[in-house]
Amino acid sequence: MKIFREKMYRAGLVAILFSIQCLQAQTDMDAILMNKTQFCNGPIYAHSSWDHYWEGTLKRNNENLGTVSTQSLMYMANYGITGKLNVMAATSYVWTKASAGVLHGLHGVQDISVLVKWKGLTQNFGKNKISLFLMGGFSTPLTNYVIDYLPLSIGLGSSNATARGMIDYQRGRITVTASAAYIARSNVKLDRPSYFDTELHLTNKVRMPNATQYQLRGGYRGKYLIAEALVTNWTTLGGFDITRNNMPFPSNRMNATSVGAMVKYTLKQHTNLALVAGGDYTVAGRNVGRSTTLHGGIFYAFYFNKKNRPNSPSSF
Amino acid sequence: MKKIFYLISALAVSALLLPVSCSKSVSDRTANLPPLNQDHLDLDAGAWKPVLLNAPTDIVVASPAATSSPDYIAQINEIKTWQAKITAEQEASIKYWGAGAVLRWNEILRDLVAKHNLPPYQNPDGTYPAPNANNPLAYPQFPFANPPYAARAYAYVSAALYDALVTAWYYKKQYNRPAPYKVDSSLKVFVSRSELPSYPSEDAVVIGTVAEMLKLLFPGDQDFIQQKVEEHRLARIISGANVRSDMEAGEALGKAVAQKFVARARTDKAGAAGGNPTLWAQYETDAKAKGEIPWYSLEVPRRPPMLPLFGKVKPFLFDSATEVALRPGPPPSTSSEEMKTQTQEIYDLVKNPTRERIEIVHFWADGVNTSTPAGHWDAIAAEDFIKQNYSEVRWARNMALLNMALMDAVIVCWDTKFTYFNPRPSQLNPKIKTLTGLPNFPSYISGHSTFSGAAATILGHIIPARATDYTAMAQEASLSRMYGGIHYRADCQVGLDVGRNIGQKAIDRAVSDGAE
Repeated sequence: MKIFREKMYRAGLVAILFSIQCLQAQTDMDAILMNKTQFCNGPIYAHSSWDHYWEGTLKRNNENLGTVSTQSLMYMANYGITGKLNVMAATSYVWTKASAGVLHGLHGVQDISVLVKWKGLTQNFGKNKISLFLMGGFSTPLTNYVIDYLPLSIGLGSSNATARGMIDYQRGRITVTASAAYIARSNVKLDRPSYFDTELHLTNKVRMPNATQYQLRGGYRGKYLIAEALVTNWTTLGGFDITRNNMPFPSNRMNATSVGAMVKYTLKQHTNLALVAGGDYTVAGRNVGRSTTLHGGIFYAFYFNKKNRPNSPSSF
Repeated sequence: MKKIFYLISALAVSALLLPVSCSKSVSDRTANLPPLNQDHLDLDAGAWKPVLLNAPTDIVVASPAATSSPDYIAQINEIKTWQAKITAEQEASIKYWGAGAVLRWNEILRDLVAKHNLPPYQNPDGTYPAPNANNPLAYPQFPFANPPYAARAYAYVSAALYDALVTAWYYKKQYNRPAPYKVDSSLKVFVSRSELPSYPSEDAVVIGTVAEMLKLLFPGDQDFIQQKVEEHRLARIISGANVRSDMEAGEALGKAVAQKFVARARTDKAGAAGGNPTLWAQYETDAKAKGEIPWYSLEVPRRPPMLPLFGKVKPFLFDSATEVALRPGPPPSTSSEEMKTQTQEIYDLVKNPTRERIEIVHFWADGVNTSTPAGHWDAIAAEDFIKQNYSEVRWARNMALLNMALMDAVIVCWDTKFTYFNPRPSQLNPKIKTLTGLPNFPSYISGHSTFSGAAATILGHIIPARATDYTAMAQEASLSRMYGGIHYRADCQVGLDVGRNIGQKAIDRAVSDGAE
């Protein structure tokens, strides 16, 4: 069930949590953009684990799973088409494992995600600045990975289209950013020819409920150091609860609220290089693991000079 | 810049519209079937050999009123009144039930099994609670429809349906009451027209039989079952296929036959199959006395084995002496080189599983919250039977043969498992991690292999054109348990052989029941 959470990150929040750390801290949930023709890329490693989870609304542990952990190695890249328009992409390799019981962990390449982020409006009010953003993203599995093996599947397997609106307030170095997203998820296919959710279905196709995601974040945004605290909520619009002592299922009503923090530090001597780290903890949930996630990454940026690169790509 | 703005807007808008524009509806494979169109009416099925009844005349069905009687005409008028105000919902209901009564109630039974196939959560002291048939709604709900329970449920319902429909066919031929639309040609007909006599109604026989059986098997789901009963009943009348007296006679007949099967079920020893702590310990002691490593549960806390005395349940297709003869010899000794080799083979298989193998494991897993392997074979059979245009009585006969074979396969398999009490691969080598849930009972012989061997054998007899496919399916189902890391090769190979022998018992019955 760690998976749920993991999944939210890898497919639902794809490139969201993990892309937080890119060189200029561009993600679809932050208010930062790369400059024109800048290209930034790098790996992020994340480790997430839980030993309690919510079976529906009941918090429990499971001695036949012990601690379920997920590791992921994400590669992400971000390119500034203009200073107001960025495109980014990411993909992950994911490993899962249960510390107790007999179930086999899985690993493999998960989804690819592409996201376009546009700063539509900026308005100054004296020392205060407000910016409005729009983002559109799409993610889809890169491999036919196993989805019907929660909590040890590496993802939920749906193709997701995400639309997000965001407002960013800045006063000096202090910022507050709020965003809201709607995630439309495609149906998924199981390996088996029938399944039971709240009734028996004689098909391998599962209708995946859509979801919303909200985030509020704020903190310090300096030239070299960015440090923010964040609260994130993922709500599945439909789905059903895990029944008593049952295994979780991809179309469960997975909800989670997490609190976390992230820092990004750009080296003064080598501004091409940035280090990122962060973590978060699920404080409330439904049909998800109460997970703790830590991540760290390193990014390298290329500052393409447009004059020298007349044919610089408009995207990648 | 403007261009880009449009691009982004389009992207955002299309993302928002995606849930609206893309149809996400998911429908069952059997959702849109044509009405059952019986190629052959099997008018002599009243002479087929019943399973439990001595003869159809064990059940008395009174002769129907004449179609010219005022009572009958009033019943025709009832149909007309319904038809005059038919709703879209009722038409959908007629279409659903019209695909076949035996088929639909088999699907409903699979639904109930899947719903109830959940192992109970432990007590605070580490013991496990058992469901209580007298208090089915308290946790853990009754029943825990695990594979043995489910196979028995499918078998009883299918066998009772067969006997009830044989009886119905006997009286259909005897009384030869025409369908309402033959009596009054002004009636609309929402089902396939047929020359089959309509008294007693075959659909009502199915309703009466299953509803009565499910009071025993799924006592906590009566609201759901009664709702289906009422839908089916009404659909049949509005469709113009039966008048009310056809229905009432059919339901009474079905209920009477079911009561005989309920009486059998109450004394078939399934109720005592759970055993007790003394017995559970005895298996361990006995295995050790033979110099073998005994099975133990790998669940935390350790769960008592699933229905250890299910091997003592009374089979349908053979007697207890035959059952003992069907039990295979022992597995390789737990201390033998052969066992080491077979354990190593499973470790090598699961160490780095391929995607294709995991797909096979999961396709056949039929574990928690599913309709179990027996239900999976019922689905395979039903989806093939649909194409055969069987009469309801032949549908019932073939499902009964299949499900009696499956139940008896579970009985022999369980008898074998608790005779040898052989550990699972993950017990002998804890490095073996499984790709599906590890069943909580001894390893030898593989249940999936035994059930599948039995099912494929009888189905291959029923539909010879598919025999090769069924054999391949059974082999894949069997192999899936090795790929999943939960069975040795010996469990699977011997299981398939034992299953085929049980399937042969079903064939022996099939060739002598008068239907071929």
